[in-house]
Amino acid sequence: MGIFDYFRQPRQKSASVAKERLQIIVARERAARSGPDYLPAMQQELLQVIRKYVQVDDDAVQMNVDREGDCEVLELNITLPDDKE
Amino acid sequence: MARIVVITSGKGGVGKTTTSAAIATGLALRGHKTAVIDFDVGLRNLDLIMGCERRVVYDFVNVINGDANLKQALIRDKRVDNLYILPASQTRDKDALTQDGVERVLNELSEDFEYIVCDSPAGIERGALMAAYFADEAIVVTNPEVSSVRDSDRILGILASKTRRVEQGGEPIEGKLLLTRYSAERAERGEMLSIEDVGEILAIELLGVIPESQAVLNASNAGQPVVLDEESDAGQAYQDAVDRFLGEERPLRFVDVPKKGFFGRLFKG
Ligand SMILES: Nc1ncnc2c1ncn2[C@@H]1O[C@H](COP(=O)(O)OP(=O)(O)OP(=O)(O)O)[C@@H](O)[C@H]1O
Ligand SMILES: [Mg+2]
Repeated sequence: MGIFDYFRQPRQKSASVAKERLQIIVARERAARSGPDYLPAMQQELLQVIRKYVQVDDDAVQMNVDREGDCEVLELNITLPDDKE
Repeated sequence: MARIVVITSGKGGVGKTTTSAAIATGLALRGHKTAVIDFDVGLRNLDLIMGCERRVVYDFVNVINGDANLKQALIRDKRVDNLYILPASQTRDKDALTQDGVERVLNELSEDFEYIVCDSPAGIERGALMAAYFADEAIVVTNPEVSSVRDSDRILGILASKTRRVEQGGEPIEGKLLLTRYSAERAERGEMLSIEDVGEILAIELLGVIPESQAVLNASNAGQPVVLDEESDAGQAYQDAVDRFLGEERPLRFVDVPKKGFFGRLFKG
């Protein structure tokens, strides 16, 4: 492969990376907006509690409020690290 | 009763003032009596873009505080009939924009104007909130770039919840997307978000696409809203946007890459 071919490699186009990142962050921010005001604080506190026991990333706690009929369902997702070492 | 239109974006420097000047001028050119208000208190700029900076005597905050009446503060455009500018104050801060004060000025303007265009400051603080609060319609100015799109989405959130209409139990206003500084070449090469990308993410009606254009800089150098440059791509794209705003159908222009001839390809390498 010549030196010029390197620059022509079809790496993923930067616009499509931008689009993917935007779709994720915008979806997350919309969910945060539509949820109750205490959600971000609750998320932080849950993170602290979990970290007493296991070291997790900043985005390990994901919360979502869904409406099902008359009920609001709080969905909580905690990603634990996979400790293979 | 006037229609109040806010030109907003969240992110700074994306083209709100350029757009406010263009849309207000376009509406006035079509015979609608229009006032354009600079809400960027402390950083007055609309006067320069409209080319009336040397005629500013009183400003928006003077009217709110009762130091001057609207007649004294409104600057009548010298080129276009039906067009008036209310400049921002340079010496005050944004706290001078009280909700009552802004409402009083808008109510008074409403009595004799058809459209009131509000040039919002960047950010999501008081000035921006006040510019949006009384709006009947919103034009969300967005560049095809990640931080601008994200900020536009936040602004859409504010429009959906923090306006007088919503607080009074009415339907939230629907923001319309104006994609500016668009480069068809760069989008085609995959280096810039395309119209479809931005449209898909924000999921609101597309009012228009304004190309990245030297004409905008020329216009601001001269103090002439770019719609008055009838030959220019950006001027025509803004004219189309005004027509669509008024309910006409206009195909998108300046969004395709011009096909290059043999020599164009040769020199591009
Ligand atoms: N379509 C365009 N093509 C080229 N340059 C543009 C275009 N639109 C805006 N600009 C340039 O971008 C800069 C910012 O424009 P403008 O002042 O209208 O933005 P703004 O959103 O009002 O900024 P601020 O947030 O500071 O109020 C200016 O230099 C302007 O000339
Ligand atoms: Mg501005």
